[in-house]
Amino acid sequence: MYKYNQIDQNIVNERVAQYQDQLNRFLKKELTDEEFRPLRLQNGLYIQRHAPMLRVAIPYGLLSSVQLRTLADIADDFDRGYGHFSTRQNIQYNWPKLEDTPKILKKLADVEMHAIQTSGNCIRNITTDPFAGVSPDEVIDTRYIAEILRQWSTFHPEFALLPRKFKISISGSKSDRALIKTHDIGLELIEKNQDLYANIYVGGGLGRTPMIGVLMKELLPIKHLLSYCESIIRIYNLYGRRDNMYKARIKILVKSLGINDFKRQVEADWDNGNASPNMLDDNEIKRVKVFFTSPDYEILESQELENLYSDNKSFVNWLKRNTRPHKQLGYRSVTISLKGKYQSAPGDILSNQMRAVADLADQFSYGEIRSTHEQNLVLADVKETKIYELYESLITNNLAEANIGLVTDIICCPGGDFCSLANAKSIPIAKNIENLFDDYDYIYDLGSISLNISGCMNACGHHHVGNIGILGVDKDGSEWYQITLGGQQGNEASLGKVIGPSFSEEQVPGVVKKILDTYLSLRNDDSELFIDCFTRIGIDPFKQIIYQEEA
Amino acid sequence: MSNQLILNKKIVNNDWVFLLPVIEQKEVKKQAGKVVMFKVTGENFPEDDDLNKIKLPDVSKILLPLKLYLLRKDEIEKKYSEVGLWVYSHEDFQWLSNLNLDLNKFSVIGIYIEKFADGRIYSLGNLIRRKLKFKNDLRALGDILKDQLFFLDRSGFSSFLIKEGRSAEEAIKGLSDFSHSYQATLDEIPSWRKNLNG
Repeated sequence: MYKYNQIDQNIVNERVAQYQDQLNRFLKKELTDEEFRPLRLQNGLYIQRHAPMLRVAIPYGLLSSVQLRTLADIADDFDRGYGHFSTRQNIQYNWPKLEDTPKILKKLADVEMHAIQTSGNCIRNITTDPFAGVSPDEVIDTRYIAEILRQWSTFHPEFALLPRKFKISISGSKSDRALIKTHDIGLELIEKNQDLYANIYVGGGLGRTPMIGVLMKELLPIKHLLSYCESIIRIYNLYGRRDNMYKARIKILVKSLGINDFKRQVEADWDNGNASPNMLDDNEIKRVKVFFTSPDYEILESQELENLYSDNKSFVNWLKRNTRPHKQLGYRSVTISLKGKYQSAPGDILSNQMRAVADLADQFSYGEIRSTHEQNLVLADVKETKIYELYESLITNNLAEANIGLVTDIICCPGGDFCSLANAKSIPIAKNIENLFDDYDYIYDLGSISLNISGCMNACGHHHVGNIGILGVDKDGSEWYQITLGGQQGNEASLGKVIGPSFSEEQVPGVVKKILDTYLSLRNDDSELFIDCFTRIGIDPFKQIIYQEEA
Repeated sequence: MSNQLILNKKIVNNDWVFLLPVIEQKEVKKQAGKVVMFKVTGENFPEDDDLNKIKLPDVSKILLPLKLYLLRKDEIEKKYSEVGLWVYSHEDFQWLSNLNLDLNKFSVIGIYIEKFADGRIYSLGNLIRRKLKFKNDLRALGDILKDQLFFLDRSGFSSFLIKEGRSAEEAIKGLSDFSHSYQATLDEIPSWRKNLNG
């Protein structure tokens, strides 16, 4: 993975000093609340219901074991012994003290980490495919482009105070695992005659006005990537709405201008990119690319693990759900579930579990860990001959929940228990739904299905793109839940449809159960996934069963 | 009005008078069911009537709103020995560009922001330098604090009128918050071409 040079290190060190000074001025009342707000936010610091929340950046979800151990130490020294992985591949601490935050940043800087631009109206953490570099369907390894974009977007002087937050995601595989169509800018990397290009999607996003991004530019030569993104964001910076924060994302501007007029303005500014000082050259691409070359894989044979362990049903289930093929023969990528009965909330992990994962990464996967937007962790390069040993270690650390892609692999925001924006709680909803399922056979029979929960329309829990989406809404001061069906991520990204009037907290688990039972009774056979069945039969059969019995 | 000016990285005596029209709050009627124009960003803007009513102060060097200058050009040029112009951050760059004004006739061009969080100032600064080739003093006006200076400097600004009540001695330190930057702006070179990367 990328290693800091002196410039990178200076920048994060100077950031700690700058932030310390900003905090001091705020505490001495030289800065007002309103003035300090954008400054602290751009450093990931929120003022929450109980305490400040600090969001630490994990650029494109890549961590070393050393970094993960530091995150564990921070959880113990400054928080309550746990952290929460977010849907932007970052980690959040819910209980730090305001005065401690500069110390936390210093500890992070010592291991080449930071909290820069993890919140606020600026370019946020660049996200990508958690299986970049190892997936068999990969065309381009996105990690070096993600790092180039991380550097370019860090303290970009022109885009320090945009109308609203700005999210960029990159995919380089045949199937998109980076949600590029629900980002402000989504980049699809493509190779043609050995040259690298990007297809650029713009104006996607979830939140209160969910939209699927539009393909704005095809086959942009990679040397122009930075200048083209600059022109997009410049037009947005100048003309995006600033009077109404709910209408301030780029998707609203693109929609109101129309993609053609928006593109015309962007390209007039861009002027073919030839005058840009940020044109990428081969040297720079090479310089960053060498940090992401494949490790020295051993030449191995593929293992018939399912047959070898056919008498161990739990292991085989875990193997099927939590591991996936690797581009290198004899290796697999392992996803460690942070969902289920051992975690207090989806995405939460205890400090001792972080240390255990760090040790396992050293032992089995070249000392690297990835975080996913589904709020799980990945060990990307595990030898098949070592998979069983890894599995056993995960069991002893309560990290072997075999539910990746299943109904209990719930994506969930912190919700009303922590977040001051939320309309309703989300974690108890997730836990109540989880409690429905004590029967693993039922869960496996359901097969791949996504269930996403957000505590408000800001949609941090990505509820629009869940096959089942649950959204907390406020009705006259009480908490209700709206359910959508048929959303999905990936190449066929689509937004869920609202099933009907919302439900009380107590009703939600029962309704979810009815939705699942309806699917089981109406699917053609067990090879027809929930989303395919939904696409075939539509929302009406679900509606009928749920509201008929409710009435 | 504040008089603490930072110019070319030094605190200097400011002999320019910055004229900021006081605008009466007018109610903006929003039509129900109609898509509000995207450029409506909520700011008030002086009407020609307001600008015509302004009494021009008796000073020698003055910074005036561009629209006021266009409206009363002859009178202004006769009255002052030196005129600088400024625009609001919500004035359209395309409009400014289409005026075909020779900006380099003016020794100061300013951009005014009402609120710290208004980041349009950075893009406008960049465009005025890069597209309109303005070479003289580009000045940041309004809610200007220490924490913007590093970014403003890199977006082409050469002077900063620090907000009333804040220390310019403190603010000037903001210019050196960072010793390096990754990306290039204007005619800088990006870090990767400086050959500093070991």
